[in-house]
Amino acid sequence: MGENGAGKSTLMKILAGIYTPDQGEVLLKGQKIRLQSPLDALENGIAMIHQELNLMPFMTVAENIWIRREPKNRFGFVDHGEMHRKTAALFKRLNIVMDPETQVRDLSVANRQMVEIAKAVSYESDVLIMDEPTSALTEREVEHLFTIIRDLRAQGIGIVYITHKMNELFEIADEFSVFRDGKYIGTHASIDVTRDDIIRMMVGREITQMFPKEEVPIGDVVLSVKNLTLKGVFHDVSFDVRAGEILGLAGLVGSGRSNVAETIFGVTPATSGSIEINGKPVTIDSPNTAIRHRMAFLTEDRKDTGCLLILDILENMQIAVLQDKFVKNGFVAEGELTKVCEEMSRKLRVKTPNLHERIENLSGGNQQKVLIGRWLLTHPRILILDEPTRGIDVGAKAEIHRFVTELARDGVAVIMISSEMPEVLGMSDRVMVMHEGRVTGILDRAEATQVKVMELAAQ
Amino acid sequence: MSTNSAAQAQAAAQKSARRLPPELNIFLVLIGIALVYEILGWIFVGQSFLMNPQRLTIIILQVSVIGIIAVGVTQVIITGGIDLSSGSVVGMTAMFTASLAQASTWPRALYPALTDMPVIVPVALGIGVGLLAGFINGQLIAKTKIPPFIATLGMMVSARGISKWYTKGQPVSGLTEQFNFIGTGIWPVVIFLVVAVIFHIALRYTRYGKFTYAIGANVQAARVSGINVESHLVKVYAIAGALAGLAGVVTAARAQTAQAGMGVMYELDAIAATVIGGTSLAGGVGRITGTVIGTVILGVMTSGFTFLRVDAFYQEIVKGIIIVAAVVVDVYRQKKRKT
Repeated sequence: MGENGAGKSTLMKILAGIYTPDQGEVLLKGQKIRLQSPLDALENGIAMIHQELNLMPFMTVAENIWIRREPKNRFGFVDHGEMHRKTAALFKRLNIVMDPETQVRDLSVANRQMVEIAKAVSYESDVLIMDEPTSALTEREVEHLFTIIRDLRAQGIGIVYITHKMNELFEIADEFSVFRDGKYIGTHASIDVTRDDIIRMMVGREITQMFPKEEVPIGDVVLSVKNLTLKGVFHDVSFDVRAGEILGLAGLVGSGRSNVAETIFGVTPATSGSIEINGKPVTIDSPNTAIRHRMAFLTEDRKDTGCLLILDILENMQIAVLQDKFVKNGFVAEGELTKVCEEMSRKLRVKTPNLHERIENLSGGNQQKVLIGRWLLTHPRILILDEPTRGIDVGAKAEIHRFVTELARDGVAVIMISSEMPEVLGMSDRVMVMHEGRVTGILDRAEATQVKVMELAAQ
Repeated sequence: MSTNSAAQAQAAAQKSARRLPPELNIFLVLIGIALVYEILGWIFVGQSFLMNPQRLTIIILQVSVIGIIAVGVTQVIITGGIDLSSGSVVGMTAMFTASLAQASTWPRALYPALTDMPVIVPVALGIGVGLLAGFINGQLIAKTKIPPFIATLGMMVSARGISKWYTKGQPVSGLTEQFNFIGTGIWPVVIFLVVAVIFHIALRYTRYGKFTYAIGANVQAARVSGINVESHLVKVYAIAGALAGLAGVVTAARAQTAQAGMGVMYELDAIAATVIGGTSLAGGVGRITGTVIGTVILGVMTSGFTFLRVDAFYQEIVKGIIIVAAVVVDVYRQKKRKT
């Protein structure tokens, strides 16, 4: 167990031969082994089921399971009859009801998960690693999975099970280990501990980082979200943000935080619920509308949805403000706009010889500053930041925190999504916590502690 | 310290590199090709390739139709798309425009009641038909999310079909003097250059241009930045269609007749000119000035082959190789940038 980014998946990928370790050793049945590739791991009896499923959608279930090991007939062609029989036998052993000839793309996520498990078992592995196998399953499917896991355990297979869900741990684990910030914290038998013990192990860090949090007068409600729903993703999300307030949005990966942000900004319009800005109901069906309501959205993935990588700093910075400013009869007021961008980049301390540098040549921190500049040029009154300091060096991080504080002081309503607990607690006036697409609590600054937030996030 | 000075040196190198316009490379290629012909000319034919004003005029005249199309294709490719329909649109608009440009003296006019129209009517019709074809391309791509390759491939086939259906395969001749005038003398070149200047300015100095580059660079980021990507793409494809329509008008006027088979493979020449001119098929990069030079390179190549009396078959083989080479250089350049 451990928070996002604690290093669980990375460690398991080393065991599965995907990464090679810089140091240390792995012992398998008392023998030192050094795995070179996933294939190597499989041949040593270690199979891993990944968080993101790795099946070929246009091939059948049987073909997926026996890929690279297809039974051959005497002419060297694939023996489909034999493959079908072997798959059926495997499914019977695992109590899976499924037609081996179905194409994987026609299966539900749960059934794909079952196929992955069957495939891993088919290697006759001694060790089976599962990385959050239940994140997409319904309760009944989880029950089925657990039955299979118990059977496998009875057959003498060792299982490493990564999860965020506390109750699963108590249901199937004999023993658990906790990771935090890339470090091993400890291992205990699961009957010896309580939920609270585990949460304390997961979050028990000292908050040493300083945050430039300022008490600023909090104004009226600017953005009010009521029962916002995106079917199948998140449900009944309601909250207010006031001028000058920083609302932290915490939750584990997959809890729906970024989806809520995308929906408010019109990237994926809501299926139901309402959004009010300054007390007036608004319909936001595209980012364009959101910008016209003076919203800004710094997305989570700089490369995919933020930077225009092959264009220069100037072009990257000006693209949002061009929607309704600095344009006369279609022509861009180049001189004026360049001056404003230069000023902005000075203010944000973007480190670059000049603004004609391509943004892809900048460091992550400087790219992020340019993107922040892009939104500040539009003078937003609502600013949504999704992981604003992910993958950024400490210096740039502190600077970004300072900008956010200044914006709040200027009366901007800020929503800040972050997986970093110290950042959320250090910067926010209130912290909203989400779990599996629902808001599980909104905490005031005074009552928000690491333990409380984690309790609400892991349920 | 050493890394610092290395970084500075690199920054300085980049700075000096930027002072040179990106078109310089392709312009040097153009000069290079011309010089090769010049030398080969003296060796094999015994005359100068370049010192022949008439030949140079013909080169530009011959490429101006491709050039007009390429100006539109460049904009499409900058968005990360492709337009395969322009050649067929040339054929289709040539037929439509010619059918309203017939003179009353011509005995077999398609619409005897609509002869001797003022020249603006057929021209407007031609551009309008092209615009409509491009608009449909854009709508298909924006609304159904099918790849531009497929949408414009469909238009390529259908537009060619329409040009044959329109007169059941018969050519449309007997065009008015005023209409034919568009295709005479230096006029096609003038039209090409005016179009190139207009869209050079549009791409560099207007919001339309900025959004076009942004969409090509990263369509997701463009959308989150508030750009209405769908409606912008419709605009870009409609403009490309209108320019193909204009090229159809010029083609009909130059030939003083229209035939359903006009413009076959023009789309490929236009794409080739665009890519040779430095526009990246990956989107986000490209300039009209480069495309103009690319168009001239294509013209010089063809003219040079004829001048050296190279067999037409070889011409096509070499042309294919040069197009592929241009893209290979583009890919190589991008790779170098990343490391």
